[in-house]
Amino acid sequence: MKRFAELFERLDRTTSTTARLAALRWYFEGEPPHDAAWGLYFLIGEKLRRLVPSKALRLWCRQRAGVDRELFAECYAAVGDSAETIALLIDAAPDGGAIESEREPEQQLMLIAPDAEERPQPDAGGLAWWVESRLESLRGLEQPRQIALIDRWTGELTSTELFLVIKMLTGAMRIGVSRTLVERALSQIAGVEQAVIAHRLSGAWTPGPGTLGRLLSPDAGEADRSRPYPFFLASPAVPPELPEGVASEVELIERELGSAEDWIAEWKWDGIRAQLIVRDGAVFLWSRGDENLTERFPEVTSAAAGLADGVLDGELLCWDHESDRPLPFGVLQRRIGRTAITPGVLRTAPAVFLAYDLLEHSGADTRERPIEDRLELLDATVRSVDHRSLRLGERFVFESWTDAETKRSESRSLGVEGLMLKRRGSVYRSGRRRGDWWKWKIDPMTIDAVLTYAQPGSGRRAGLLTDYTFAVWDGEGRSRELVTVTKAYSGLTDDEFRTIDRWLRANTLERFGPVRRVEPAQVFELAFEGVQSSERHRAGIALRFPRMKRWRTDKPAEQADTLDALRAMMQA
Amino acid sequence: MMPMGARTLLRTDDRGLRLTTVGGEPGFWIDPWKTVHTAVITHAHADHARPGMGRYFCAAPCEPLLRRRVHAGADITAVPYGKSFSIGGASLSFHPSGHCLGAAQVRVETAEGVAVAAGDYKRASDPTCEPFEVVPCDEFVTEATFALPIYRWRPTAETAAELLSWWDDCAEQGKAAILFCYALGKAQRVMGELHRIMSSGGVERATEPGRSIRTHGAVEPMLAGYRELGVELPATHRVAEGDRAVGKNSPFRGSLVIAPPSAAGSAWMRRFGANADYETGFASGWMRVRGRRRRGGYDRGFVISDHADWPDLVRTCDETGATRVLCTHGSSSVLAGFLNERARERGDERFRAAVLETAYEGEGGAERAGEGEDHSSESCATEESREA
Repeated sequence: MKRFAELFERLDRTTSTTARLAALRWYFEGEPPHDAAWGLYFLIGEKLRRLVPSKALRLWCRQRAGVDRELFAECYAAVGDSAETIALLIDAAPDGGAIESEREPEQQLMLIAPDAEERPQPDAGGLAWWVESRLESLRGLEQPRQIALIDRWTGELTSTELFLVIKMLTGAMRIGVSRTLVERALSQIAGVEQAVIAHRLSGAWTPGPGTLGRLLSPDAGEADRSRPYPFFLASPAVPPELPEGVASEVELIERELGSAEDWIAEWKWDGIRAQLIVRDGAVFLWSRGDENLTERFPEVTSAAAGLADGVLDGELLCWDHESDRPLPFGVLQRRIGRTAITPGVLRTAPAVFLAYDLLEHSGADTRERPIEDRLELLDATVRSVDHRSLRLGERFVFESWTDAETKRSESRSLGVEGLMLKRRGSVYRSGRRRGDWWKWKIDPMTIDAVLTYAQPGSGRRAGLLTDYTFAVWDGEGRSRELVTVTKAYSGLTDDEFRTIDRWLRANTLERFGPVRRVEPAQVFELAFEGVQSSERHRAGIALRFPRMKRWRTDKPAEQADTLDALRAMMQA
Repeated sequence: MMPMGARTLLRTDDRGLRLTTVGGEPGFWIDPWKTVHTAVITHAHADHARPGMGRYFCAAPCEPLLRRRVHAGADITAVPYGKSFSIGGASLSFHPSGHCLGAAQVRVETAEGVAVAAGDYKRASDPTCEPFEVVPCDEFVTEATFALPIYRWRPTAETAAELLSWWDDCAEQGKAAILFCYALGKAQRVMGELHRIMSSGGVERATEPGRSIRTHGAVEPMLAGYRELGVELPATHRVAEGDRAVGKNSPFRGSLVIAPPSAAGSAWMRRFGANADYETGFASGWMRVRGRRRRGGYDRGFVISDHADWPDLVRTCDETGATRVLCTHGSSSVLAGFLNERARERGDERFRAAVLETAYEGEGGAERAGEGEDHSSESCATEESREA
């Protein structure tokens, strides 16, 4: 634990990539392998299956620090991270801070003396011991006993270690290093290609004493047959603002990508990126988030059962077979949350796997072969089975980018997000590498809305008012009023946020803890990907992926958009 | 916010903090933000001490700093700590607030009772200024810059040792360690703490070859002010116009550079060469929160503040024995709410706390934390760039 905490501090206290890489190497080269495996697990953003409800941790923290609910909320608003708030409050609590008993007696946690001392173990104190012998031992215990144990452990920890333990208990770590950087450090230590390390890290794995040895071994060893390849990710072909001197998107694409004929175009589907794996007759379905979806999409896996061995890259979508077009993304979102797949689910939200690349064929890695070869093999593979849940997407080659733009304009009516552009002759890379795959999305929908409420953000925006609620006009004449339609958090620069923060504080009408109702005077252009009807929202609609596009300092609140305008977009 | 109920001795008007009790024109304002004939100044930070007042009263050690801040020829009456003087029928005295050298609480006694305006204050030790004095009163005006229970400071010596070891690390790697801190108060305190460690049997690092403390142009005059008043500080050298890293050759290798926060990201920083040639740190209470540290983009954050932390704010309000507490700066509503709630639980019906709006508060202090610890940061910035 000490070394992991030190790694965290070293990573946290520098903004330089070189220094972070050095810190990672320092950690992996000196940490016992079993501990290092857990360190790696947390570094790449993996988390433990939930052990203790965060509500119970908050209650414990509040009692220990003598802080009521409102005061905790104020602290959270200033810190912007739940685990850090808890760690800071515990750290700041008076020494030996016994749990105060006067407050909220009805919610008083019973502190039960834990069972006999844990048996000392050779690796006691290490990260693996902390996770396996301590944190995991909480699983299945009664909540008061869990809290009693955590409370006792607290005394052994420095403030950084305490923060890390609370993070492990409550969710993902987000330490500020990218997965790629971790892969690079391991690749340097092992003297093995980064792509190989990335592949070995894909899929689900549980840290153990042998994890690191396998990961760093020179040969590929016996690779887990369910394991997906790292996905190759496309970059946006057009930035949100066109560069100076460029008149149109077509002009920019022409300049950057050259002749349209050198590119293969496909629709950009609005689904979940996934790999469908068939090895030795067994089928696996993995999402890009390394989630094993095999059990959740039986129609897709049964379609794949007839395939020859291979790994298909593609998009998971819910499909309307009657009109032969994708169902809204929300349907897929709800479907993916279901673990019980009933006949009703299969009827109302049938899924398809839309394949667009082939990464492995009959046991051989095909990623280094040109895209044309891969597609030829893909077509043959998919066509060998006839199943409505396994499809191939359309492909186009355009004579000019103007033709491509015309095609792209059909996107909204087809329920797709735009075009994907893939360079002819290119290989399948891993991660987000610019150059061979581009996404050329259609412009988002936009409205002008009025900022009505604000609250502090999280992470590096802690204490800064960056989370806003927006409203549009509804009704006519005297009964015209602002109705809330969405929240949005992103899209502005740090400088803009700072300026708006100052304005909001000076123009607060009312406070509800950390939330402020502000003068409805600032108008923002919001961009979003779609409008859906929603019973959960008072306005009866919900926006998909809303973000701030522009601060309309030129526009008075009276001229913001109306709810009717938004409803009209829903029909479109 | 709970209304005060009873009438308070002090209140604010459009010009500053003043007595409520007098009819007509008050005899003085405390830390006024608009021009008045008589200003009683708690300390020489730019938002508390503004130029243009008819005459000034301040604590004796504050005078040279106040002069540098407002005007060399200003009409300033310097009064020793603890000595009474009267203005317009009220009896006043200054008492140390521990915020920075010369900083004072203002005690005001009238026929209706005693009020104390604490200005900015801290209870933690500081080798460069007089320690805070508890002044019993009926009404206490407290700051609330760090009024959240997440804020509790470690002993300053611990943080200073951390700072010193950072400087050592940087020196070992041939880098400069650039520490941003306020030109008045924080800079001197940090140096005073370093001086204390270094001269108490520690290595005399500042005299080792290649190790020196260098200062930004805005910091040096305030250092001189402290030295004039006999505060012991380590030797420093001002960063001169021509000092600049050329290729691998930097005159700053191994140095600790003290600069105001406004210098971060400015053209002045170019002299230090490439990013690999130096590290940056920021000394401020806000550095206790990781998100703020990351937002500021500093390599290191050192939690060291010239304001009281949460336990000290609460303890101080208690120790004054005041039955009315007025909270200004930062999380004033949180502190007032907490004190009222606690009084209610204790069945203390006399006690009232409330928020007092002032121009030098504004949660602005908290919100500009990326750049500075308190409200003074912005006004300091302009001044510092001029002085620099």
